[in-house]
Amino acid sequence: MQGLSIRGLTRTFPGQGSAGPTLALQPTDLDVAPGEFVSILGPSGCGKSTLLRIVAGLDRPTGGSVTLSGRQVTRPGPDRGMVFQSYTLFPWLTVEQNILFGLRERRVPQARAREIAAAYIARTGLRGFEHHWPRQLSGGMQQRTALARALANDPEILLLDEPFGALDHQTRELMQELLLEVWGADTPAARKTVLFVTHDIDEAVFLASRVLVMSARPGRVKAEVPVPLPYPRDWMVKTTPEFAALKAKLMGEIREEVRKAALA
Amino acid sequence: MLLRSGFIILLQRGALEPLKPVTATTRILLGAGFFALFLGLWAMATEGGYVQPLFLASPGRALAAGWSLLTEYGFLGDMGMTVWRVLGGFLLAAALAVPLGLMMGAYKGIEAFFEPFISFARYLPASAFIPLLILWAGVGEAQKLAVIFLGSVFQIVIMVTVIAGTTRMDLVEAAYTLGARRSGILRRVIIPAAAPQVMEALRLVLGWAWTYVIVAELIGAQSGIGHMIMDSQRLLDTGQMIFGIVVIGLIGLVTDLLFKLLNRRLFRWVAL
Ligand SMILES: Nc1ncnc2c1ncn2[C@@H]1O[C@H](COP(=O)(O)OP(=O)(O)OP(=O)(O)O)[C@@H](O)[C@H]1O
Ligand SMILES: [Mg+2]
Repeated sequence: MQGLSIRGLTRTFPGQGSAGPTLALQPTDLDVAPGEFVSILGPSGCGKSTLLRIVAGLDRPTGGSVTLSGRQVTRPGPDRGMVFQSYTLFPWLTVEQNILFGLRERRVPQARAREIAAAYIARTGLRGFEHHWPRQLSGGMQQRTALARALANDPEILLLDEPFGALDHQTRELMQELLLEVWGADTPAARKTVLFVTHDIDEAVFLASRVLVMSARPGRVKAEVPVPLPYPRDWMVKTTPEFAALKAKLMGEIREEVRKAALA
Repeated sequence: MLLRSGFIILLQRGALEPLKPVTATTRILLGAGFFALFLGLWAMATEGGYVQPLFLASPGRALAAGWSLLTEYGFLGDMGMTVWRVLGGFLLAAALAVPLGLMMGAYKGIEAFFEPFISFARYLPASAFIPLLILWAGVGEAQKLAVIFLGSVFQIVIMVTVIAGTTRMDLVEAAYTLGARRSGILRRVIIPAAAPQVMEALRLVLGWAWTYVIVAELIGAQSGIGHMIMDSQRLLDTGQMIFGIVVIGLIGLVTDLLFKLLNRRLFRWVAL
């Protein structure tokens, strides 16, 4: 069985002190086909990060299972690349060395590794910044480097947890286009599977071929909206009536969850 | 009057804005200024006859005493001896303590095993061990090195443990998702992340090591700056004593500066 398959996944965080345990994730099922781009939309605290971290192997579920191409996920691995919301470049490594990190860890021969790194540096528009340290980069450049670092490992699936959440609006829109460009550069059959977490409806629709809406905590997938807009997409698509209709539909789904989350 | 005009100059140079950095020139002038003020007060107290020479030599006499120490009594040899003891004991301590601290910071099981004992041991005053160490190791170099070693080793372990233990978890997780295994996390995340702060901790402890060496040399030593100070007390030569103390201060200042330069060199990414 190819692709990502999630069955009955739950996660309860044990309480601390007088606080009781937190049910972060209700039993969740999800299937993602290879090459699919799925956005996960949900109010703050609904368990989006928890779900992604379990798929990454950084957190253990309380129940249920995650399998990727038939292999059960039990620990983190280079087949699941991740970009975090916070800036997680290694500050003591340059842009190029950051991108080489995973390749070195997997013992890819030096010459080949440098070739791969150079290719992703070019694809993410980082030429000329190879030898800069992360502190010398803008937030957008840091996240582009993080994306290149994850892609350099040639993962089977990309897990993106609000990677553009800390960026200003304009940079964010540019980054969305860049992500689609990088992802779409492969032939449709060779494209990476992507799970993209966000709470921005525009972003979710613009990027994904399918949007999942999660309920307020305890999270579960409460609605699923396919996005039939053809790739490649550019920013113009955001001005089409189809886009507006999808947005309106998702807005309806999410509003009541956000209200619940805010009152909880 | 002098204080008042100094204060006004500081204000004009913008040196008294909260948290605002001052220019390099202002900083050097101010730093040198306090040395000058200190020397001036010292000279005034001694040359002006307010303090008996028996208790405190004047700057001039201390300098003269220092000159004769250097030219007639082979004081350079004493200085070399002391520097070698400090560095020897300190490097031995660092060679054991840094790896142990890194392991303790990285692996909580190892920390749980050693931490309680080391927390206890680091409160044992190194100088209190001197009589015991003399009993065990005599009054030779081994005993001197042992005092420095005991005084530094536990401090370094504790500091390095804390530094390594507070490595950013998100960086560790990023490394895992890039395919790092346990040994890779230690080698390629925890150690490079901790390195600059570890070097800062070593700089701090080296300063403390200087205080232990003098104590070690005050008792049962035939050479070294501390030994010279002890000898001078017998002769009531406050000039020599003060010169010895100043020399310790100067060597400390120079090593500190070298350490800072080295750190800036090694970890250019920190200062960006
Ligand atoms: N390590 C933890 N220990 C205890 N509770 C946790 C832990 N991690 C997450 N939680 C709780 O689980 C719930 C879901 O958290 P999660 O981070 O997955 O939400 P999220 O959807 O990513 O939110 P946001 O949009 O704000 O990032 C929250 O209520 C949170 O407080
Ligand atoms: Mg989150």
